[in-house]
Parts: sequence; structure tokens; C-alpha cells
Amino acid sequence: MRINYEVFSVAFGSIRQNRLRAGLTILGVVVGIFSIIVIMTIITMLQNSIESGFSDLNKNTFQIQKWEAMRMGPHHHGDRNRKDITIEDFDRLQGMLTQALYIGAEQWSFGRVVKYGNKETNPNVQIAGMTIGALRNNNVKVEVGRDFIQTDIDFARNVCLIGMDVVDKIFTGVDPLGQQVIIDGLPITVVGVLERTPQLFGQSKDNYIVFPISSWQIIYGKTGRSVNITVMSHSKEDYNQVIDAAMGYMRTIRKVAPGEDNDFYIFSNESLISQVNDITSGIKIGALVVSIIALLAAGVGIMNIMLVSVTERTKEIGIRKAVGAKRADILIQFLFEAILLCIIGGVIGIALGVGLGNLVGKLINAQTAIPYNWIAIGISTCVFVGVLFGTYPAYKAANLDPIEALRHET
Amino acid sequence: MNENIINIEHISKVYTVGDVKVHALYDVSLRIDSTEYVAIMGPSGSGKSTLMNMLGCLDTPSGGKYDFKTRNVSLMTDNELAEIRNREIGFVFQTFNLLSRSNALHNVELPLIYAGVPSAERKERANQALISVGLGDRVHHKPNELSGGQRQRVAIARALVTNPAIILADEPTGNLDSKTGEEIMLLFHEINQKGNTIILVTHEEYIAQHAARVIRVRDGLVERDEAIVNRYIPGISKPESAVK
Repeated sequence: MRINYEVFSVAFGSIRQNRLRAGLTILGVVVGIFSIIVIMTIITMLQNSIESGFSDLNKNTFQIQKWEAMRMGPHHHGDRNRKDITIEDFDRLQGMLTQALYIGAEQWSFGRVVKYGNKETNPNVQIAGMTIGALRNNNVKVEVGRDFIQTDIDFARNVCLIGMDVVDKIFTGVDPLGQQVIIDGLPITVVGVLERTPQLFGQSKDNYIVFPISSWQIIYGKTGRSVNITVMSHSKEDYNQVIDAAMGYMRTIRKVAPGEDNDFYIFSNESLISQVNDITSGIKIGALVVSIIALLAAGVGIMNIMLVSVTERTKEIGIRKAVGAKRADILIQFLFEAILLCIIGGVIGIALGVGLGNLVGKLINAQTAIPYNWIAIGISTCVFVGVLFGTYPAYKAANLDPIEALRHET
Repeated sequence: MNENIINIEHISKVYTVGDVKVHALYDVSLRIDSTEYVAIMGPSGSGKSTLMNMLGCLDTPSGGKYDFKTRNVSLMTDNELAEIRNREIGFVFQTFNLLSRSNALHNVELPLIYAGVPSAERKERANQALISVGLGDRVHHKPNELSGGQRQRVAIARALVTNPAIILADEPTGNLDSKTGEEIMLLFHEINQKGNTIILVTHEEYIAQHAARVIRVRDGLVERDEAIVNRYIPGISKPESAVK
């Protein structure tokens, strides 16, 4: 058995000789590989983006909310009557959950206007009310000025931390520290400016202002709005333990009877990612089915074209056998040509898939991604299809009788 | 002194066509030694082609014994036959049988590729073989850029390149005009003079007369096996019958 330059050059030469035929034959492979790679590229881009910033939550942090973060389908029966999570619930949990590193409460109001002097923002600023723990868990960092202190929260002081987008909008050429902004009619003193955060899907996340949660509740009201609780564990090791403890305490606080479902929802970054995976798994399976069907059809086409090729080149096979080619030499030559056809199709499919996937990803501003593992799977599949459908024609070629083959007229 | 290369004892070949058994060869025995120049002659249907396939190790006999350099060919596997063809036999065909997409050099290289000779040495040997047949300036030409005589010279270079025990030429002048044919016969003469063993298969009496010995086959049997007294030596003794 001699796998050498001859095998490569003959296969390349044969494909180059029949460019149109080879091109049409590999179209199926291109489609098959393209469909799975483009989907996997987009999904990989989404996953990377989620991992890097879908939630600002720190590592080892989870959230407790009234509702699921992402919901598919309608609420379960009876869920609509869930009680809000109140600040009192939070206070009690904070007292009980001593094994947590930080525990925080936050509330959000969207679409607000912030005024300074005669300037004002668009009605799209997010106003957060947070405890000190929520600032830590959300990775909110003060760039200049000061952080909140506990007395800001305890005495519901009218102070705020201000995001860079708001600064850019209304504080051109003015140091915001110590200035008063007007939010919903109330004058609030700026005590700190927040660090810029990386964008997600092209959306800036700095168009917000943080109040002490107590001040927030005075402005926007205490009732009718549920508090989000965030908890950070000391380490990865005790993370699940803290989740279990928090769940137990919350059930006690909210008087959930044993055997009944939680009337609150706990989720982490990991659970968000697994939810995204659940949603995308259907798309993945669909793409996989399309790929498999296309590749099977392409494989039959390749087998057909290789059988034609064997017939056309019968004389050549005879000549090669006469001068000493063994069965294995001929077998490898034709098998390699089939595999090469598949690999060329696969490489084109991968290039198109990664290219178009990233183009689509760019439109939703996801980070560029190359799904290396799926590229490896794609190439292996191409080789497999080549072997599967190339073996019979190659076997036929290898077993031609040299005398008959030499006599063959083309 | 001359080493025995081919020793055939009572070989037969039977083909089964449908239910009918066809005897292509009944009972053939012959010996060919090194440096011989033998012509095998016979009309079509005589078993001449079958005998040639047998001698060229493209086929194995149904009965009898065929020793090639003391190795029993009758019992060889396909791969062993391929190896004998590769190392010991150089084929020259009536229709040249060159790879049309490859240039002269690559065509001549082909047996060396299957012999596993490294690339550099292969190119060097193929080049030398082409020079020896007078085609040193046509190395990179493809068959369709060469004349019939030049194509046959490429085929002869391909046959010579492995330095085989025998050159087996099947009607080598059949597709050439008489002048070119004569040039090819001169080339065979020179190759034989250098010590190569040549077996020439032909149905033309005139071509056969170039050899030193003629084996006449008819109806699957050796009719006559005789030395040629008045050989045609191309360029030296030009027979009148050659002028057509």
C-alpha cells in the first residue's frame, strides 16, 4: 500500500478535469455541512455572549425572583396569585442566610427621564433601587466619587450613582459629582459615577441610575412591585449549599407548605445558559436532520459519479495494473478521490457557514465565534461519507481484470 | 551461460463462455533465456494473445506449470503477479497505452511509482530512459503532442525504466506507418544488443523476421519453434519485402 504523491495528484487532476461535474456532485455536501455549521456558529455566538454578559451577576451568584427569568408557555395554574417578594421578606432572609457572602435586594423602574439644569435625557433611563449587597452582586463599581454606605440605605437619602450614558447625555463639560439631578420631580444628589460596562448585543448597559432601595421605594412605591434578591456564595464549593439554604428560608418566610411548589424562582447564570440551550436544542436537531438528509443524498451522488469515473477510466486502470499497480493502489486512488470530493464540499460548506453565521451574528451584535468542535465534526463526517459511498466504486475499480480493462475502449 | 527466464511446461488455458468451454491453449511448452529475441507468431484466434497474457503474468494458466526465473507463476496471488509485472516485465502495446493526461516523464515514471522508488531517483531514471529512446527533448510533452512513433518510444522507455527481465511487445508496429515501424524495430534491435530479452508478439511475417527465433502458434499449440537464419537487421540488411 503506497499512499503517496501519485494518489493526491491523480485525485486532484481528475477533479480539475471534471470541474463542473465535481462541483455539482459536491453541492449536496456543501449544503449539508453549511446548514449545521451556520446554525452552530450562531448558537455558539449567542452562548458566548450570554456567558460574557447576559447577566451582570458575579460568579457564584444566584437570583431569587417572583417569576422565571425566561418563560415558555403560559403560567402554571394558580401562579398568577403569587405574592410579591417584599423588602421585609428580604430583610428576614438576610438575617437568616448567614452562610452567604453578600445578599442584596434590587428593584427597577424603566423609561425614566433624568434632568439637569435645562438638559434632560430621553425617557429611557433605567432607575434601580439597590442595597449594598445588590451593588456587589451586580458588580456595580464606582469610578469616581463614593459608593453607597449603609446609612444611605437606612435613612433613604436622596443620593444616586449615575451611569456613564447619563453623564454623557446631560453633564457635558460639568463634573457631575455633587450636582443635583431631577428624577420624577425629586432633586437627587449625585455622589458617584459608575464604571463603563462592556456592551451586550450592541446595547449599552450604562443608561441607568442607582438609588438606595429605600429611596427608590419612597419614589415608586412599596406595593405592587416585587423585589429581586441576589445572593453570592463564598465559593463555588458552597454555592449549591447556599442555594438550598436560601430556598429553605424563603419557603419558611413565605409560609410555603411542605410538598407545595416554591412560590418564587431561583436562577443562576448557568441555569440561564441551560435554558438557552433548551430553547436552541430544537433548532440544532432541525439543522442536524437537514444535514444528515443532504449528506446522504450527496453520498449517493458521489457514489454515482465515482462509478461513472471508474467506467471512464477503465483503460487507465488497466494500464496501471499492467505496470504493477496492486489492488490496494487502485482502491486507495479511487477512495481518496471520493473522500477528497467530500472534503472539498465540506470545506466550502464550513467557510460559507462560519461566514454567514458571523454575518448574521454581527447584525445582532454578538461576539464573533468559530465553532471549532463542529468544524471538526463536519470534516470527520465528510471523510465518513466519502468512505461510506466511495468504497464500492473503489472496490469495483480495484477488482477489474487487467486484460479486460486494457481491452476497454473509451 | 544465459540464464533461463521463462520455462513453460504443458500449460493450457480454458475459458468458460456460458456453458461452453473454449480451449485457448491446449498444451504449450517453451523456454526463453536471457538476451534472447523471440517472436511469437500466429493468426488471430491461434491462442497467441492468451499466451502473451500468460507470459506477461496478466493471467494464470488453467493447467501446467509456468516458472518465471524459477518462481512458479501458476500459484501466485494477484498481488504477487502485480509485483512480477512491475519488476520483471516491460510491456509495449500496439495502441501504446499511455496515460493521456500525463506527460512523457510521468508515464515513464509510473512503474517506478508502484515500485516505491523515491521521487528524485524516479525522475532521474525516467529521464535517462527517455534519453535512451531519443526523446530527451520531449520529456514534458503529453501523448497528444507526440507522433505515433514518439508515443511508442515513450512506451518503450516506460518498459525499460524498471530494468526488467523481459520486454514483452504486442504488435508494437501495428499502429505505425512502415517507416516509423522500422525505426521502432531498430530501437528494439539496439535494446536487444544491450542485453535485454525481448518477446515480440506479431502476426506479420516481416516483423517476426527481425527476431532471432520464431515460435509459431496455431489452434492453441506450438506449431513450430525455430531459429531465423536470415534475420532482418534494421538499417543493415533491408529486405525487399519491407519496401511496400
